[in-house]
Amino acid sequence: MRRGLTPLLWTLFSTGGTLAAFLFPVHLFLTGVAFPLGWLEPPRYDFALRLLVHPLTRLYFFLLISLPLFHWAHRFRYTLYDGLKIKHLTLLIVVFTYGVALAGTLAAAYTLLCCVP
Amino acid sequence: MSEPVRYTLYHPKWYRRPVSVWWWLQSWRYAKFVLRELTSLSVAYFAVLALWKVRAITRGPEAYAAFLARLQSPLWVALNALALIFLLYHTITWLNLAPKAMVVRLGGKRVPDRVIQAVNYLLWAAVSAAALWVLERG
Repeated sequence: MRRGLTPLLWTLFSTGGTLAAFLFPVHLFLTGVAFPLGWLEPPRYDFALRLLVHPLTRLYFFLLISLPLFHWAHRFRYTLYDGLKIKHLTLLIVVFTYGVALAGTLAAAYTLLCCVP
Repeated sequence: MSEPVRYTLYHPKWYRRPVSVWWWLQSWRYAKFVLRELTSLSVAYFAVLALWKVRAITRGPEAYAAFLARLQSPLWVALNALALIFLLYHTITWLNLAPKAMVVRLGGKRVPDRVIQAVNYLLWAAVSAAALWVLERG
């Protein structure tokens, strides 16, 4: 890993971690627990679509998906180093973790830019 | 009488005590550290779930209904509840560290850590309530 990239990756890690800290619990609570168990009513389809069509919502979802993936990549990379003691596989780990984050970012960009009706 | 000086036979740098792969199970402090680092898995998981939900909405009402129905299976609810616990652990550890990341000075005095933490927790509550309000209007 080139030294020049480290500050950028660390910034992505910390902004992604902050976004996830503030916004992920409420979203997962609603989508994964409260809606499926019928505690709260999920948004009707036309309302969900109307929200998603708005550019600000799409920007919101893009950041909400992309930056936390880079947070994961950075943190998980060091967990693999220290936890499993496989520092010698650095290149493989770096390509895998940041590769997944990049792929998720591209998939989110594509979905939000090209697929919203 | 003072202890006799003991010389190491080898250069100290040449000998490293082997550490087990399970080093983090040897103390609660280490285990908590590794659990905190592993919350990143929940973070990545939810990012993918959010992408899946967005895709379902773009694909039409049937795909959206199928997405909602799929998440109703007990296995998904259990997985999401577990992921939620890890996400909450991420949030709590992240907000508790906030005073270390941002040192705020007001009138030449450093704002106490407790105040910065309290502001962060209030902001978390406000942001969560706002997200809930937006999604429950529909």
